[in-house]
Amino acid sequence: MLEVRHLSKTFGGLKAVSDVSLDVQEGSIIGLLGPNGAGKTTCFTMIAGFTKADSGQVRFAGREITGLSPHKICRLGMIRTFQIVQPFAGLTVQENIAVGAYLHHHQRKEAMAVARDIGKRLGLGGLLDRPAASLTIAGRKRLELARALATGAKLLLLDEVMAGLIPSEINEIVDIIRQIQSDGHTILLIEHVMQAVMKLAETAYVLNQGRLIAHGTPQQLVSDPSVVEAYLGHGAAARLQEGQHA
Amino acid sequence: MSILIIPAILSGMMMGAVYALVALGLTLIYGVLHIINFTHGSLLMLALYVVYFLNFHLGLDPYWVIPFVLPLFFVVGYCLQRGLIAPMSGGSEQNVLLITLAISLMIDNLALYFWTSNTRSVDIAYAYDTVEIFGALLPFGRVVAFVVALAAAPLVWAFMAFTRTGSAIRAVAIEKRGAELVGIDVNHTYAICFGIGTACVALAACLLLPTFYVTPQVGYTFVLVAFTTVVLGGMGSLPGALLAGLLLGIIESLCGLFLGESLGQIGIFLAFILILFFKPSGLFGKRAGA
Amino acid sequence: MRFQSLGQYGLVLFALVYLAGVYFVSSPVWMGFTINALIVALAALSWNITGGFGGLSSFGHAALYGTGAYASAILQVKYGFNAWIGFGAGIAAGAAMGALIGGLAFRYGLKGSYFALVTLAFAEVLRICASSFEWTGGGSGLQLKLMPGIAQLQIVDRPWVYTGLLVVVAVVMLLTALIQKSRFGAYLIAIRENEDAAEALGINTYQIKVQAMAISGAFGGLAGVLYLQLWLFIDSTVVYGSAVSVEALIGPIIGGAGTVWGPLLGTLGLHLLGEGTKHLLPNSPGLNFVLYAVVLICALRFLPQGLVGFAARIGVLRKKDQDDA
Repeated sequence: MLEVRHLSKTFGGLKAVSDVSLDVQEGSIIGLLGPNGAGKTTCFTMIAGFTKADSGQVRFAGREITGLSPHKICRLGMIRTFQIVQPFAGLTVQENIAVGAYLHHHQRKEAMAVARDIGKRLGLGGLLDRPAASLTIAGRKRLELARALATGAKLLLLDEVMAGLIPSEINEIVDIIRQIQSDGHTILLIEHVMQAVMKLAETAYVLNQGRLIAHGTPQQLVSDPSVVEAYLGHGAAARLQEGQHA
Repeated sequence: MSILIIPAILSGMMMGAVYALVALGLTLIYGVLHIINFTHGSLLMLALYVVYFLNFHLGLDPYWVIPFVLPLFFVVGYCLQRGLIAPMSGGSEQNVLLITLAISLMIDNLALYFWTSNTRSVDIAYAYDTVEIFGALLPFGRVVAFVVALAAAPLVWAFMAFTRTGSAIRAVAIEKRGAELVGIDVNHTYAICFGIGTACVALAACLLLPTFYVTPQVGYTFVLVAFTTVVLGGMGSLPGALLAGLLLGIIESLCGLFLGESLGQIGIFLAFILILFFKPSGLFGKRAGA
Repeated sequence: MRFQSLGQYGLVLFALVYLAGVYFVSSPVWMGFTINALIVALAALSWNITGGFGGLSSFGHAALYGTGAYASAILQVKYGFNAWIGFGAGIAAGAAMGALIGGLAFRYGLKGSYFALVTLAFAEVLRICASSFEWTGGGSGLQLKLMPGIAQLQIVDRPWVYTGLLVVVAVVMLLTALIQKSRFGAYLIAIRENEDAAEALGINTYQIKVQAMAISGAFGGLAGVLYLQLWLFIDSTVVYGSAVSVEALIGPIIGGAGTVWGPLLGTLGLHLLGEGTKHLLPNSPGLNFVLYAVVLICALRFLPQGLVGFAARIGVLRKKDQDDA
């Protein structure tokens, strides 16, 4: 459904992303992992059209979308969320979701009805009339998901939806993401918390210092020395091995 | 034609040096406090009136009151920032813009109330003595303004580069939090910077009055020119403000020559709009954001 | 319109009682000054579309107001067109100027203070041009021929002028309410709150912002045209001057930016204050602006949501029914 080929981006001499290629099949949940500063978010911003890639192509649903503006990409059915969630503060929760729903439902009545349905499905039913600014972090993360779903997008690029949540909230959002998948959506998910991705993703890519260093099922990845080193530093894999033998 | 153009360029540069001096204060305030200061023109107008009244009532020469007016306006600027702008804005960029606009409205209209809209100017015998440069006859007062304004810029730069306070100001400009952590009083530093910016304006007033006039509206004209200068020179850049001021003086003078006196300022505003569109970072600024 | 609190009902009731009361005050001064306030309120409603809902704070709304007034005046004075044609043309010219300024400014990504400065520069360029060319009447301005009667939109009878203006203000406020509750309005607010998120949700933010400037321009042009028809005279300072831009933004900020009633309430309140000082201190030009400035500073500090936002906290009403249930 999404094919990324040889994507590269340099910021003033720093190679933020170099030669990244990845595939997301329809209906799957794919992870994009890596330590802080590995270039995950930069990848997202390029795929979703927020920054122009220096080189490389992005194809979505069989169409070349490289260089399209974000709103056009969203119209085609792919949407990104933001790591730092900022609801539209002047609006209620339901109106926030409706901003997404307006994309395909131009009448306020319809858009608000769609927003109500989606809000209820994501467990925001009791909060619909609250000002969005009053939501907790967990609430805001759900609102971000709801707004994205309301656009009718088929492919969701989720940027650290679990960051800043406590374990019980993470479990809830994992269930919600599974439910979204079973409703027919495809998900590409950025995380740096490995455990969270282990529970969700079928396969994952690992990014370090702008390069893809591994690709496989989560189980394969945790035993891959290069992945462990990327997270824990040079020589960590060897030390872990020793620890297990000792 | 060149008989007209060279004097026009030279007299434009004379005025441009004063624009540069006014803009120097504005760009300093922008570079450190990151605020667009609408009161700048009104403070210039106020300084012009102070210099005017010192001359009118006490017969003091505008050039000789510099040692008095400069510190006075430093204090005015310091108090304005510390006592009004900082506490009332709560730090939001939008609010600072509106508050400085409101303060300038206040100063302008109080001036109108107390001093009426009459145009006033001082009568100093030597101000219009002429000096011949490259065959162009230039008023003595303008030449003095040019020389002193150009000399002031390196002084401000040296102050920033070599004094303790200057280093503190530069530290705060680059990294406010960090400066705070190493024990710099940020509010005090901001206010000092605002004071220096205002002192620049007071100096400009002393240099300007002998060959210019003052009305309550004069500040508004100047603040727009100063904004243009600051944006053209690159927000926060001292050498940029200097060159941009000279350039705009020349543009204004040439537009006045070719399009007629009343359209002289059109050139400045058109330049302003074009710069904002095509190079908002100015001639010497770093590209913002990207 | 639905209000959330007794305070807001009280505020609106107060305004309505005042506006109705003007009919019964025998002194013509009240009506005359309220008529002026209503024209300023229209400019304020115009600013409110971009500055209030869109968060695009313009410091040069005189560019829109003046363009409306000049377009109509030029058509009438120089080409002998009927005032009603001038009326329509003025609104269209205001909208076109809004779209032009917005189109250019947003094309080059100007926001915040930069947008404020560029709008200010546009207004100044237009002011200098209008005062310099013969076509626009130059320094002496343009004077309409006195032709009383509805056919030329020159109404002499003050109560009728007042009533007409009340209707126009009501229509513009109704349009504002419709915008607020529409897809376009939601998009505009989304852009104000977080432009990147809005873009991600499929909103063509450039297009929405330019449209907002065009709508704002139409309202601003309307205000300018009505000013012209009321005074039959304009010059560059009166319609392109910075006072117009300042009055257009002060009212909404004090009344409540991004609300339907805020611009009218703020403008009325300010003008009542200004008129009061005029009576206490006659022959004091400019003092009303000093007062406006003081009120503006205090409002920014103590009433960040304006009068409407402040009133919302007084006597909050429980929500009886759910919106769009």
